[in-house]
Amino acid sequence: MKGKRFYLKTHEWVEFIDEKTARIGISDFAQQELGDIVFVNLPEVGDDVVAGEGFAEVESVKSISEVYSPVTGVVKSVNEKLQDNPELVNEDAYDAWFVEVGDISAKEELLTEEEYNEFLESEN
Amino acid sequence: MEKKTPIYDRHVELKGRMVPFAGYMLPVQYETGVITEHNAVRNTCGLFDVSHMGQIVIQGSDALENMNMLLTNSFTNMSDGRARYSPMCNPEGGTIDDLIVFRISKDKYLLGVNAANRDKDFDWIKGNVKGNVEVIDISDDIAQVALQGPNSYDILRKLTNNIPEKYYSFLENVAIDGINCFVSKTGYTGELGYEISCSKEDGVRLWNLLLDTGRDFGLIPCGLGARDTLRLEAGMPLYGHELSEDISPLEASLDFAVKMDKEDFIGKEGIRKKGANRRRVGLRITGRGIARENCDVFVDGKKVGLTTSGTHSPTLGYPIAMALVDKDHTETGTEVVVSVRGREIPAVICDLPFYTRVK
Repeated sequence: MKGKRFYLKTHEWVEFIDEKTARIGISDFAQQELGDIVFVNLPEVGDDVVAGEGFAEVESVKSISEVYSPVTGVVKSVNEKLQDNPELVNEDAYDAWFVEVGDISAKEELLTEEEYNEFLESEN
Repeated sequence: MEKKTPIYDRHVELKGRMVPFAGYMLPVQYETGVITEHNAVRNTCGLFDVSHMGQIVIQGSDALENMNMLLTNSFTNMSDGRARYSPMCNPEGGTIDDLIVFRISKDKYLLGVNAANRDKDFDWIKGNVKGNVEVIDISDDIAQVALQGPNSYDILRKLTNNIPEKYYSFLENVAIDGINCFVSKTGYTGELGYEISCSKEDGVRLWNLLLDTGRDFGLIPCGLGARDTLRLEAGMPLYGHELSEDISPLEASLDFAVKMDKEDFIGKEGIRKKGANRRRVGLRITGRGIARENCDVFVDGKKVGLTTSGTHSPTLGYPIAMALVDKDHTETGTEVVVSVRGREIPAVICDLPFYTRVK
């Protein structure tokens, strides 16, 4: 699992740093669909996140979208850069991680990159 | 099933993201994105398809009297070739629509109305006019575009010498490459700009001509997303948000367009009775987060109002909103808290507009 990126059908990505720790963000497709991102509402360090439940919000000029967690665990750190520069998500969605989650105890059903791309094609 | 404007196919070719709005399919943005489109209007120029807007003609020897009765503004001292903004009210003082009146002659007026209110307005006007007057809905025959931004004059000047000079004036029968156009110096962006209409058959040709001519001036097509952020920065009300059948134009702080000293007009008594215990104000969000519509506004823990629109302001770089707030708490600089989906975000009441162009 380590170093590989997985996806949810709700367009989040998760990248495992080790068995119990992972970073989470939104996919390139998601940032394109949202358009210019102007605000990211992140949880705080120490907050619990639950697989399949919302843990953050991302706002474009026109809309607000919930961001769902691919895993259950505890927020170890948040990407502070996104507070002042939310447009980083538009610039590189896979570099602009939202949170790092530790103590991972459960996972949603994750898609590989190939499966995610197939899913996107089937949706279109 | 939504209608298509005469320019619909061009938006699709230009990869506009088409969404339903007021019964029409319109581009919310193109590939450039809302912020780039917004900035184009502030810095260079943007082109909008506004063919969805309604156009109603009122003509006849009793037209002026009817205008003064139907609308809250006064038209008595108006010259031909000038435009004037006005709300239109119901007897209770609520707002049926807000619109722009173009005076073609003492006996003929053109009303530019909100797309979503077009049928309601037409029925209301038809049902309330008296004497020798005819009411015609010409919306479906017309294509209309808005050319907005500091370079709009230079672009238009490449195509015609016949350009209205004064803000809120217009010219009829302006020939643009042989297309017969109605050109007004009006807009919904707070920027120098023009609105140009022609027959629906000529719509695509006018659109293409302006886009081609404007390319060297930084002109790009813009969608509804930028239209909304631009009008918000300019402090302009949007019907359905800052105005409704329950909101009087005085509550919406549109005093300049409500002539209470006129002898009579529909809604005069209602507006007086309703009073203005709440007023439309601007909010500068000082905390983190964007307050959109329908967020409660608090002062010292007490609810004093409700937001009506809000967004991230691309020009100012922070979130802004408009709100209807109890009149005792409308002073500029008042610190408030806005409740955004359970989070309390600090904000400050500020003057409208948020943005004024440098002339």
